[in-house]
Amino acid sequence: MKKALLLAAALAVTTSASAAGKLEIFSWWSGDEGPALEALIKLYKQKYPSVTVDNATVSGGAGTNAKAVLKTRMLGGTPPDSFQAHAGQELIGTWVVAGRMEDLSSLFKSEGWDKVFPKDLVKLISQGGKPWSVPVNVHRSNVMWYNPAKLKAWGVTAPKTWPEFLKTCSTLKAKGVAAPLVVGENWTQQHLWESVMIGTLGSANWENLWAGKLKFTDPKVVGAFTTFGKVMDCANKDASGLSWQQASDRIIDGTSAFNVMGDWAAGYFTTTKKLAPNTGFGWAPAPGTTKTFVMLADSFGLPKGAKDRAEALNWLKVLGSKAGQDAFNPLKGSIAARTDSDLSKYNTYSKSAAADWKSNKIVGSMVHGAVAPESFTSAFGAIIDQFVASKNSAAAAAAAQQLAVRAGISK
Amino acid sequence: MKGLSKDRLWSIAVLTPSIILIAVFVYGFIARSVYVSMTDWGNDPAQALALNPIIRFTGLTNYQDLFTGFLQGRFRQELVSTIFFTLFFILGCLGLGLGLALILDRNPKGEGLWRTIFLFPMSLSFIVTGTIWRWMLQPQGGLNQAPTLFGAQPSSFAWLSSTDALWKFDWNKLPLLTASVVGLVLVIMAVRAARSGDRTRTLVAGGCAALLFLWALFIGPNVKLLPAPELHGFNLALIGIIIAAVWQMSGYTMALYLAGLRGIPEELREAAKVDGANDLGMYQHVIFPLLAPITLSAMIVLGHISLKIFDLVYAMAGPDNINTSVPALNMYLTSFRQNQFALGAAIGTILLILVAFVIVPYLASQFRTEEGHA
Repeated sequence: MKKALLLAAALAVTTSASAAGKLEIFSWWSGDEGPALEALIKLYKQKYPSVTVDNATVSGGAGTNAKAVLKTRMLGGTPPDSFQAHAGQELIGTWVVAGRMEDLSSLFKSEGWDKVFPKDLVKLISQGGKPWSVPVNVHRSNVMWYNPAKLKAWGVTAPKTWPEFLKTCSTLKAKGVAAPLVVGENWTQQHLWESVMIGTLGSANWENLWAGKLKFTDPKVVGAFTTFGKVMDCANKDASGLSWQQASDRIIDGTSAFNVMGDWAAGYFTTTKKLAPNTGFGWAPAPGTTKTFVMLADSFGLPKGAKDRAEALNWLKVLGSKAGQDAFNPLKGSIAARTDSDLSKYNTYSKSAAADWKSNKIVGSMVHGAVAPESFTSAFGAIIDQFVASKNSAAAAAAAQQLAVRAGISK
Repeated sequence: MKGLSKDRLWSIAVLTPSIILIAVFVYGFIARSVYVSMTDWGNDPAQALALNPIIRFTGLTNYQDLFTGFLQGRFRQELVSTIFFTLFFILGCLGLGLGLALILDRNPKGEGLWRTIFLFPMSLSFIVTGTIWRWMLQPQGGLNQAPTLFGAQPSSFAWLSSTDALWKFDWNKLPLLTASVVGLVLVIMAVRAARSGDRTRTLVAGGCAALLFLWALFIGPNVKLLPAPELHGFNLALIGIIIAAVWQMSGYTMALYLAGLRGIPEELREAAKVDGANDLGMYQHVIFPLLAPITLSAMIVLGHISLKIFDLVYAMAGPDNINTSVPALNMYLTSFRQNQFALGAAIGTILLILVAFVIVPYLASQFRTEEGHA
């Protein structure tokens, strides 16, 4: 009798759980970013209290581990209900071209997202006129960080163009600053490369480059590579041993004057280093990119064959909503992808970034997966390494062009 | 039916499952990887991860790409790095291991403790070793601060980030270099055969060497693998990784040598002493020759470890540092980050062939001696 009761109870529990529905969210937001994700899940649970949320986080910077796990699950036929990916080509070039994602046009229409997300952004997350993911947050990659007090002591200002930067560089070198610019390991050098490219070529040519309309072997691009080589001559020689945080530290201690890094550095300066914006650390758009916002975004998509499709669609709706973005971004240290977010919740740096987000020309970042597919980005590191060693612009441009052909960017 | 006794049936029944499993999961998968390496799977991103990818057979194009393709310079540097790494790693481990074993063989105080201390690094995984040594080899840390203990300036050697290289050579000269090295070996063989009076062998070896040298002199220089010269050499950043690897594995060679030294009968040493050998002479003529088989086994084990090394490099220098990269790392990145499965399989196959070069002769000699005993 007791057994039968227990069995009945157990059955009742399982049936009620399955009736209420489940949702599995796959991301690499652990550690510092965990609380921001929790805030989103809390919001989702308020709206859909009967759904059990399974937070399947795989830790590891920039999602290197998570992406490998995701690949196994997708190829094995058990995709998560919704997964995180860098917005743009990283998702499109890997999963959309393989026919593994559902297009979200109807969701964008029913939620009116076409109007609240900037046009340039919708273009970046679309392929064939259809959007494929919901951007949750936006980071800016083209920011140059410096130490205001130190710059004053050296008597220089943040340069506005790359030629001006090179002049400032020689001034600083004459004053005994061995490395006016600090860079870190390989990906931070690619990060710098992209700012030099956009600052030299302009945002329109940058877009052409990834649309296959401008070849890497074009004299303009080769020239920009040469500029990048000169910029790297201003940088520290022990770059490949430094993480981006260690590189940022050299700005604070005054060993170097400038560092080009994404705006997660603002979070590092304020939260970890306890510095005040504008006095402890300063920022400017990377030289030559004053009216340009180079963006990268985290986004969620809907894989074909998701087990709990309805719940996943509801999750995507929460992600794109004003409430969802305002709950997530102040905690993550990024800004909302929507242009109507509540700015009072953000810190000083984010307010200035959000203002630029509304007014600037928006282009996508290469190293963070917005404009180039994974097959390009992950092989490009070797080209940068070779270039930094040899400073041969023509060879690097030719190699990049071959890579672009192979990755299907340029025909 | 004597051949099918109960024992025999039992042994067949017990062995069959593992034979089937090995046939499928080892040899079957090797065959599958070799097949994949001759296709174009993953060259087109749209087909790489599709539900039913269209995969075409393309023969040896992936291999051609790896050795002569413009974009695969990284792989060629890795091959060169692997050769240098293997060489210095084996030499370091053998030298240090033998030295430690010789010291311990003299029965110092607390020998058991020393043995444990020297053997301890081997119990760590390469990931742990790599993490420890990455801290020690930081530009401003650990080893570079060591001179300050003696009041000197801290060293500024970029252990893991140096981009300088020694002994650079142009990849286009590879056919020439290979021919010269093989030719030299053949000449040595011919000379040895001539000394032992083996005429046919002398002639064959000498003839082959002459042909190779002729080829190297007249045709080799015209073979162009790449459109432009491409220099590869021994990157100084590898030194840090070699130090960590030697630190990890020299305890193992020490244990091997110590067992070998203890296995030499006391009578032999006494006989050598009676014959008037001093310490040096005894090592040179009695002990070292007896240790030769141990050196060979140690070289085999260390050799295949160094060819397959992955985790140590990943932990110490990161995956994107081409100056310290190795083929196994490239295989992982190519297959699982760039989704170029065919190219990754080709790198894997080359690794398998390299390891087979080390292991197969060893296995063959093992089988021969076992048959001799039976």
